[in-house]
Amino acid sequence: MVDLPRIAVQAATAAAGPEIPLKARLARAQARARRRAFLLVLPLLLFILLTFVIPIGQMLQRSIYHDGFSGAAPALVEWFAATPAGTEPDETAFAALASDLLFMKERKLAGEAGTRINYAVPGSRSLFTAAARGADRLTAPYRPALMAEDGKWADPLLWAAMREAASPWTTDFYLSGIDMQRTANGGIERVDEGSRVYLALYAKTFLLSAVITIICLALAFPVAHLLATLPMARANLLMILVLLPFWTSLLVRTTSWIVLLQSQGVINSLLVSAGFIGDDGRLALIYNRTGTIIVMVHILLPFMVLPLYSVMRVIPPVYARAARSLGATSWTTFRRIYLPQTLPGIGAGVLLVFILAVGYYITPALVGGADGQLFSNQIQFHMSKSNWSQAAALAAMLLAGVLLLYWLYDRLVGIDKLKLG
Amino acid sequence: MQKAHDPGEYVAFRHVQKSYDGETLVVKDLNLSIGQGEFLTMLGPSGSGKTTSLMMLAGFESATSGEILLDGRPINQVPPHRRGIGMVFQNYALFPHMTVGENLAFPLEVRRIGKDEREARIRRALDMVQMGAFANRRPAQLSGGQQQRIALARALVFDPKLVLMDEPLGALDKQLREHMQFEIKHLHESLGITVVYVTHDQGEALTMSDRVAVFNDGRIQQLAPPEDLYERPQNSFVAQFIGENNKLPGVVEELNETRALVRLATGELIEATPVNVRAKGDRTLVSIRPERVEITAGPMSENAHLLDAEVREVIYMGDILRIRMRAAGSEDFVVKLRNSIDQRRLDPGERIRIGWHPQDARALDVI
Ligand SMILES: Nc1ncnc2c1ncn2[C@@H]1O[C@H](COP(=O)(O)OP(=O)(O)OP(=O)(O)O)[C@@H](O)[C@H]1O
Ligand SMILES: [Mg+2]
Repeated sequence: MVDLPRIAVQAATAAAGPEIPLKARLARAQARARRRAFLLVLPLLLFILLTFVIPIGQMLQRSIYHDGFSGAAPALVEWFAATPAGTEPDETAFAALASDLLFMKERKLAGEAGTRINYAVPGSRSLFTAAARGADRLTAPYRPALMAEDGKWADPLLWAAMREAASPWTTDFYLSGIDMQRTANGGIERVDEGSRVYLALYAKTFLLSAVITIICLALAFPVAHLLATLPMARANLLMILVLLPFWTSLLVRTTSWIVLLQSQGVINSLLVSAGFIGDDGRLALIYNRTGTIIVMVHILLPFMVLPLYSVMRVIPPVYARAARSLGATSWTTFRRIYLPQTLPGIGAGVLLVFILAVGYYITPALVGGADGQLFSNQIQFHMSKSNWSQAAALAAMLLAGVLLLYWLYDRLVGIDKLKLG
Repeated sequence: MQKAHDPGEYVAFRHVQKSYDGETLVVKDLNLSIGQGEFLTMLGPSGSGKTTSLMMLAGFESATSGEILLDGRPINQVPPHRRGIGMVFQNYALFPHMTVGENLAFPLEVRRIGKDEREARIRRALDMVQMGAFANRRPAQLSGGQQQRIALARALVFDPKLVLMDEPLGALDKQLREHMQFEIKHLHESLGITVVYVTHDQGEALTMSDRVAVFNDGRIQQLAPPEDLYERPQNSFVAQFIGENNKLPGVVEELNETRALVRLATGELIEATPVNVRAKGDRTLVSIRPERVEITAGPMSENAHLLDAEVREVIYMGDILRIRMRAAGSEDFVVKLRNSIDQRRLDPGERIRIGWHPQDARALDVI
């Protein structure tokens, strides 16, 4: 038996002649196989490239690129390039501004340019559109002319914002994503306490996702174990129950939760009629954080059950018997023998549920109220306002957080230990 | 059945029955006592209840009725982890997420044995199975034979008095299996442990055991040392299950304590040793081992019975020649001859006289 491959190799050597070394021939043979394999996956590769890699690349680019102002104000871009940061705007600067306003009026770019500045200095959009409307009536000297129209044109914050926007490449959107803003002299500072939203929401999103993941794990583990040990017929029935949420529309499921959980809903009414709580003490189970957690756990549960089940099903019961015969109690057997063998499933389920939870927005939007909103709801908000760059920056932050956790997971557990199905 | 504890009796099954479904008994009235230090093998065809009996002893199945005693104490209610019985499983059941060393440490850790002693014991156990260099490997990185040794070491590392093995060598190739048989036997002798071994390989049972319990249909058919089992099977099932044998159907014509005359279907009258025929006129199967049949007059005794036979086929098997012939009404009467230098060569179609000692012809029940 052992000699067979060697004989085959010798036969091949004889056939190909001795001049080509074995290594080269092996490489050639494998290259052919590799080429064929590559051609087979090429369609999928192109599909992924078109639908995934390119859009994500574009999104990342948008988060740091916005030419709404720089493309509409060529003269100012030149002036900002020629002067150092913090320079007081002089008559030359205002002349450039006036010529750019005329340029915007002709090309109808004032709205876009104003919007870009508006992100940094609220209220700037109307400033630009109004000024552009009357740009053809402006005469030198431009500084007093513009000041006469609106005193805001002298605002150093406005000029700092325009200087930043003079380059299409910007970190403004990330700055605002971490609740920061620019000062007039080019530095950065935190925004007022009242308008800090993102960092706290970011932390809350990850925290809530962690809570949802832990609850899912605690609920799914026994169910998956039952599924894996029950006779096939009954396991299938139970499996259908687990998968049922998959087969109903998300909206239907969410609506039924509203029916169940609202303050006049089924659960509260039951509790009241059973006398556990008074009529004035109805629990707030929905339109808050609790609602988000309950409904998301329900929706994401199958994503925890399935990987756990697929791992548990193939753990032979003989290991538990072996452990018992070696003197372990049933608890020790579970902790030291069974649990470690389910780790790949736990890892897969936790990762899956956590990542899905971090990115969810429909459910929090519907049942989360003000308190149960997650980071994705902010992304959705900016998208609905067509502030693509801000949405992209927030999405990139979310992606970075998930990737960081993924990396941590790989360091701590090892991604090769993952078993998704 | 005696109830008092017999000091030579380490394990005892008393009227043990087992049913899984409440309808059929897979173990029917099992009575078995196993002495301290004994190597007892449960041998039998598939589904005969061997594993079930072993699992009841280990505590993984409960007896439906009857009593199991370990060292004089009933253990029906003792959970498996407090029985202190070592066990080797058919597919080794080494914990895949632990190294060999951790596998061996496991039974010691759950017994709260200190680190130093633990390490000493692990080293001793690994050396015992010549696997000292493998402590840091994972089970998946070992060959089947090596895994087998580790499973053995793990079952022995906490010094159990009783070790159960359920077809531990079933997954190994023939050569390795024979080698491991020898090693297990050697360990059994040097450690003085009691071993209950399950197999359906009769060769394994015969070479390793002090006594063999032949199971069929939930009952012990015969419990005897290997030699007795082979030479003096108590019934047709055992005769047929252990080794090869020629079965000649007939009717008992004359019967006393030591001698039975049996009229074969061909009308020939042969002499046999009565084993479990009860009366004149009973139908019987006369069993003769192929290697006890002689084809030359030399080694046959005075009163050996002689028959006419016709050679039909000669099969060369290396150490022996297996001759199939037509004799005593059977088309498949088998004779085994030693392939020695002076052995007489036979050719198909040849007519010869064959014979055997009446002691080797055993009149058994009809199945
Ligand atoms: N868990 C179980 N549930 C129901 N029936 C079982 C179970 N385990 C075994 N049986 C039945 O009990 C009978 C005896 O099985 P057992 O495993 O003891 O046989 P065995 O002698 O070990 O056979 P083998 O040589 O094939 O291992 C068989 O008919 C089997 O189908
Ligand atoms: Mg078995």
